[in-house]
Amino acid sequence: MSQVRLLFLCAGLVLLVLAIPRRWRRKYALPYARGLVLLTASCAILSPLIWLVAAAFKDHAVLNEYTFFPPLDKWNETTINLSNFRELFAPRVTVHGTVSFATFVLNSVFLATVTTTLQLIFCSLGGYALAKLPFPGKRLVMLGMLGTMMVPGMLLVAPIYELFVHTELIDTYWALTLPSAVGAYGILLFRQAILAIPNDILTAARVDGCSELGIYARIVMPLVRPTSAAFCLMTFLGSWNSYVGPSILLQSTDKLTLPIVLSHLVGEYHYEKYGVFLAGTLLAILPPAVLFLLLQREFIRGLTSGAVKQ
Amino acid sequence: MLGRGQAFSSLGSAALRGGWNGRRRRLDDFGRPGQLSGVDAPRRALRHSNRTYAWARRIAPWLFLAPYLVLTSAFFVYPLCKAAVLALHQTNGPRSRVFVGLENFKFLAQDPDFRKAAFNTTLFAIGSVGLQLPLALGLALLLNGVRGRAQSWLRLVLFSPNLVGQIFVGILFAVLLAPRYGLVNQALAALTGAGLETRWLGTPALVMPAIVLTSLWLYVGFNMVFFLAALQSVDQGLLDAARVDGASRWQTFRHVTLPALRPVIVFVVIVSVIGSYQLYELPRALLGPMDNGPDNAGLTLIMYVVDVAFRQGDLGLGSAAGWVVAVLIFVVSLIQLRLTRERGDTES
Repeated sequence: MSQVRLLFLCAGLVLLVLAIPRRWRRKYALPYARGLVLLTASCAILSPLIWLVAAAFKDHAVLNEYTFFPPLDKWNETTINLSNFRELFAPRVTVHGTVSFATFVLNSVFLATVTTTLQLIFCSLGGYALAKLPFPGKRLVMLGMLGTMMVPGMLLVAPIYELFVHTELIDTYWALTLPSAVGAYGILLFRQAILAIPNDILTAARVDGCSELGIYARIVMPLVRPTSAAFCLMTFLGSWNSYVGPSILLQSTDKLTLPIVLSHLVGEYHYEKYGVFLAGTLLAILPPAVLFLLLQREFIRGLTSGAVKQ
Repeated sequence: MLGRGQAFSSLGSAALRGGWNGRRRRLDDFGRPGQLSGVDAPRRALRHSNRTYAWARRIAPWLFLAPYLVLTSAFFVYPLCKAAVLALHQTNGPRSRVFVGLENFKFLAQDPDFRKAAFNTTLFAIGSVGLQLPLALGLALLLNGVRGRAQSWLRLVLFSPNLVGQIFVGILFAVLLAPRYGLVNQALAALTGAGLETRWLGTPALVMPAIVLTSLWLYVGFNMVFFLAALQSVDQGLLDAARVDGASRWQTFRHVTLPALRPVIVFVVIVSVIGSYQLYELPRALLGPMDNGPDNAGLTLIMYVVDVAFRQGDLGLGSAAGWVVAVLIFVVSLIQLRLTRERGDTES
């Protein structure tokens, strides 16, 4: 019944648009229609996130009663509270000692920070060498890098796992930070940015007796700050959200990271008290969101710079 | 000693070995501004052109690239060779192995689960690219008509799902797709009056559509950002010329905008298809860490690799499957590159 009603509604809308004179349609209707479509798309994109916030703060008893937030007159301690977060942060006793959700947050922060720092240093150094220093075999190195980018990482997971088992680095953070401390993508990104720096500045510095490392630290790095910002955000997001590596290489409960722990919590609460793991999910997406809001302009520009010639 | 100091100071590790001399000399030069002039520069360049300095210049790029080269040999080249060796063995955990030759590949060729995984993944690639590309392009075209602050805000909103990791999106959508209280079913019911009890993740035919829908939410804004950037770099002169010549909106789009977008479309399609074939985290989180969906409806190629290698403990079979996936991705992207290049040639 209501499907028929919907059909009529659409047909009516189309007729209404057709009824408007062509001149007016172009002048008013098009911008309004555009705005309407874009607003609808934005609502569709945002509603899961708003729903997530609502679910994290709603009390267990009213979780399914209201789709989003309860109406304002029902807004009190028994409907909106922090009970989900309290349950989430309750300490748990495991074989590896008492752990709480805060431990996993700290683990994730630690790993993402270390990986981002290492990537920033190593990738920008490599990018500088490729962009501005002459050496034999440069083309070969770059071709090799492009080659490594074409191999799906999943192919390497099994041998890397075996490697870490044999070197007894399994279940340590070395196993996670070492393989992801540098990447061909980052090096090529920095190379692209550093190529744009005029050679005259670098030659001037060299003639004045500055070392290569000095040129890199004092001239190149300050000039590619926007790229660095975008790259740091990308790397941080990648490490923060990474699941495959930690799920295979980590074993002790007290070393796990947020994505792993949350996917475990889903099984534990099994869609009965989904507010608890959704509260955790909300906390897990907050740090990247804040970073993104601070750096979004550079991020999007850095993202598209390789694909689009401006 | 002085020569060594010079060499190392030009590498920047002056403080390490005898480079103190080099450092003090530089400070002296800065202390006497008169000598910083062009008169001094050639002399210093001459001094630097001795053998050790040339050696330092030669070695510096390799030192800067050393972290990459070392780590890549350890965690890319070695595992890649190892994966080739492992693929010819049957293993039980990381410590025991038997040479079986090409048996692993023979097994994969007739394993119904592997075929199912390949089928599912291809379905996802076609479905998600086919849906995402037109939608992202449409949104980019609409957004390109909006100017100023409104544009950057809308772009931010549409892009925002992308900063939520796949695993978190999966966890969130597993609840959103739940029957009765899930937001997706509630929205469907409000619009059409039916579908409140749809069990997306419990019905074999609906599992892949659910995954496609989730990835649409996640990536439509991401692809849109690329199209938007490309649209904004379309030659404004060409657009004006088309308008002066009396071309309609559609003609302008078809003959000016679309050809200018071709490289970005090719880029986005190839990146999305490669990404589709590596789909793992999203279905894993949607279906739960131990579940491949009813009737293996959510099993993807990479899920197969991980299941075989780490749940069943056969790293050999997992490596073999990994190689098949890698070759598959390589072939698909080659075909796409060839197709798009040919079409470009015939048009020009």
